[in-house]
Amino acid sequence: MKALFSLVVVAVVVLLTVLAVSTSGGRTFFGTILPFAAIAIFLVGMIYRVVYWARSPVPFKITTTCGQQQSLSWIKNNNLEAPRNFLGVLGRMALEVFFFRSLFRNTKAELKSGPRLVYGDARWLWLAGLAFHWSFLVVFIRHFKFFVEPVPGWISIMQELDGFFQIGLPIFYITDGILLAAITFLFLRRVFNPQLRYLSLAGDYFPLFLIGALAISGVIMRYTTLRVDITDVKLLATGIVTLNPVVPESLGAVFFVHLTMLSVLLLYFPFSKLVHMAGVFMSPTRNMANDNRVRRHVNPWNHPVKTHSYEEWEDEFRDVMKAADMPLEKDVESK
Amino acid sequence: MAESKPKPEKLASVDYRPPSKSWMDVPPEIRLGTFNWAANPANAKYLDLPHVRKWQPTDEDWKLPDNWQQIVLEGLADRLQKYRSLKVFMDICVRCGACADKCHFFLGSGDPKNMPVLRAELLRSVYRRDFTTAGKILGKLAGARPLTPQVIKEWFLYFYQCTECRRCSVFCPYGIDTAEITMMGRELLNSIGLGIDWITTPAANCFRTGNHLGIQPHGFKDSIDFAVDELEEITGVRVEAPINKKGAEILFVSPSADYFASPHYYTLLGYLQLFHEIGLDYTWSAYASEGGNFGLFHSSDMMKRLNAKVYAEAKRLGVKWILGGECGHMWRVLHQYMDTMNGPADFLEQPVSPITGTRFDHARSTKMVHICEFTSDLIANGKIKLDKSRNDNVKVTFHDSCNPARAMGLFDEPRYCIDHACNHFYEMPENTIREQTFCCGSGSGIGTDENFEMRMRGGFPRANAVQYVHDKHGVNMLACICAIDKATLPPLLEFWVPEVEVCGVHELIGNALIMKGETRTTDLRGEPLPGVAEEADATDSVAASDGEEVSKDV
Ligand code: SF4
Ligand code: SF4
Repeated sequence: MKALFSLVVVAVVVLLTVLAVSTSGGRTFFGTILPFAAIAIFLVGMIYRVVYWARSPVPFKITTTCGQQQSLSWIKNNNLEAPRNFLGVLGRMALEVFFFRSLFRNTKAELKSGPRLVYGDARWLWLAGLAFHWSFLVVFIRHFKFFVEPVPGWISIMQELDGFFQIGLPIFYITDGILLAAITFLFLRRVFNPQLRYLSLAGDYFPLFLIGALAISGVIMRYTTLRVDITDVKLLATGIVTLNPVVPESLGAVFFVHLTMLSVLLLYFPFSKLVHMAGVFMSPTRNMANDNRVRRHVNPWNHPVKTHSYEEWEDEFRDVMKAADMPLEKDVESK
Repeated sequence: MAESKPKPEKLASVDYRPPSKSWMDVPPEIRLGTFNWAANPANAKYLDLPHVRKWQPTDEDWKLPDNWQQIVLEGLADRLQKYRSLKVFMDICVRCGACADKCHFFLGSGDPKNMPVLRAELLRSVYRRDFTTAGKILGKLAGARPLTPQVIKEWFLYFYQCTECRRCSVFCPYGIDTAEITMMGRELLNSIGLGIDWITTPAANCFRTGNHLGIQPHGFKDSIDFAVDELEEITGVRVEAPINKKGAEILFVSPSADYFASPHYYTLLGYLQLFHEIGLDYTWSAYASEGGNFGLFHSSDMMKRLNAKVYAEAKRLGVKWILGGECGHMWRVLHQYMDTMNGPADFLEQPVSPITGTRFDHARSTKMVHICEFTSDLIANGKIKLDKSRNDNVKVTFHDSCNPARAMGLFDEPRYCIDHACNHFYEMPENTIREQTFCCGSGSGIGTDENFEMRMRGGFPRANAVQYVHDKHGVNMLACICAIDKATLPPLLEFWVPEVEVCGVHELIGNALIMKGETRTTDLRGEPLPGVAEEADATDSVAASDGEEVSKDV
């Protein structure tokens, strides 16, 4: 149901775009106003979100240790899983952000007769997640060729590598295929795993469909006769950035769908779970060193609490302590 | 209580199929065996807790205070302001489900609300509705829902079906720690007077007498003195166990169960032997006679209130540094919270082992060293003599307790101790040890009788891994370094793997320790001591066969 709902929303947006861009007002809106607003809201929204998080302090150092701590000189510390210093934290974060270290541990538990609990490999999720994020990034960067003139050399090299297999004409980019395959896997997994379906929200399907539509419209433009003129795209892009909108005539409906999917994604981003992109850097269990006993962590709101002092305690138990011959601070008869 | 306890066969078949209704529409089921009784009002009052009243989870009406919604929502707003962890964890979960089957309660119960992600959603849904734009506008569609009495009941059930073990956090790609969310949830519940007794009462006892069991100072002294006498009977060596001794070099703090419960007690004997043998200048404290901290399971304030006595006592006694015994959640507090809450401990000195001269650099700020770190250092420097064969009657495996594992990274130190104390050591499967260790299922204050079924379910993955090494290697002893483990693993294993017993690491050390002047024929449990007893056997085997006849006559 939630999946269907999200699909319908995406479909409606696609349809709206297609209908609207047959009018010149529609073209201006979907070609310039919406993308511009989307970029602005994305930037402001993300900054707002990060500032919102950062305004709350980290009162305690609650590192989750996934490896041996630093203790005795002859016991080897695992600096990447239980970082003893900042370098270790950097390494740990890098592994997490670039290679999804924690997801790499993923297992699937199964209860067999006996009873026997067995833990199978379930790193498909890791693979799909990694494939999705990396290919999205590469595709995104590849698009720089539409905005920057001249196209930097490293982007061209990346493009070459991406088209390494030289299949088809125009040359097929591996990342396009990987992106679509990964996203399909992630969607199917969400639908067919009963637990996952049970806990999923509309907001979990929506970005998948959105990105799916984004990718498909892009693929259509690249590999079919509905190709767009790169100079016109550049014109439009520069127009948005320089606040001087132009909507070249040659751009067709598919292009506008592509652009609108991106715009909606950007609009949606700061208000959704997609903020994990920034949040992963701020997760206190991962971004702090396990050096609690080495360096004191300061809690800015460490307010005083009511305690039971030794003096009060001794006052209460002085008699029994005396009878038991225990040392006392004040050896007086209590009342 | 006459409730019939479930059978292992019944609990072993878990139905993992989620209900057909959306989880928001499935009401919480308060069923005996799966929840904990409410806090005793007298003890709650003693701790000045808010909204104290008589109520029970089985009541239809929980008699919430009039403005309970306001209290909870303001409390949530307050905690969002105080904890970045809470804000970030509320916002960034992508519901990838990687954590879902990592929780022992989900594995043992099949209840989808025991998947860490859904447990967090119980709170997140309320957060969305009142603190996020999408939730305010889209409501249920965005996964938001209003705060109703039913939501509160659900929180009560599931935040007390989480042992704050942090296993989920190891697998989450963003390190989302559901324990942190549970802790916030419990604070909110406590703010409207919904605490459980097995947290509130130990906390009140600890606040008053110094330990969870409410043992008064003279009772504490009796227990320690008794242990000294018993140790003399077993080993022939009279040890000293000073209490509240000013000017001692080291303050020793351990969980109170060590001197009052079994099998913890044998670990206590192990400590006493060890300290005597190396001639440690140390003291116990009757005021800080508890390192464990049930405040951790209640609220950060309660944790601080109970923990304060450790540094206060170290200061009063004028010790140089503090040594801590075998306990899991105690070490979570000591390692991750104590220095921040009640430090800086600038009146203490950087810990240095008086026996080996090793400087414990890794504890230079907190000034507190774990007994396994201390003992491994002794062993590595050849300062104690251990006869491994004295533990030949046991085949040992080691249970990493959640907190030393995932909140400290203490893995190799206890293993080093075990390796040097016994000949037969076998690891459980890789997915069930070290940072992936499974909880005993009864931590965080929910190890009660009334919660028996849930504990057996939650402890099932641990027990099942023990079963594996029992079947494969004949393991008959599960060593651990946690007081809650020592209290709750025996009934767990009794239920699932009755052939395996539980011990502390320092019980193994104590058994293996060769003491000057000892005359020992039994181990700390009074069983024949392998090696020693066999030699004795050999010399009087003739006498024994005679003896048999004699005994027949008698
Ligand atoms: S693993 Fe982390 S992100 Fe994934 S569902 Fe669990 S808490 Fe959410
Ligand atoms: S902290 Fe432990 S008990 Fe709680 S949800 Fe996570 S895995 Fe389950």
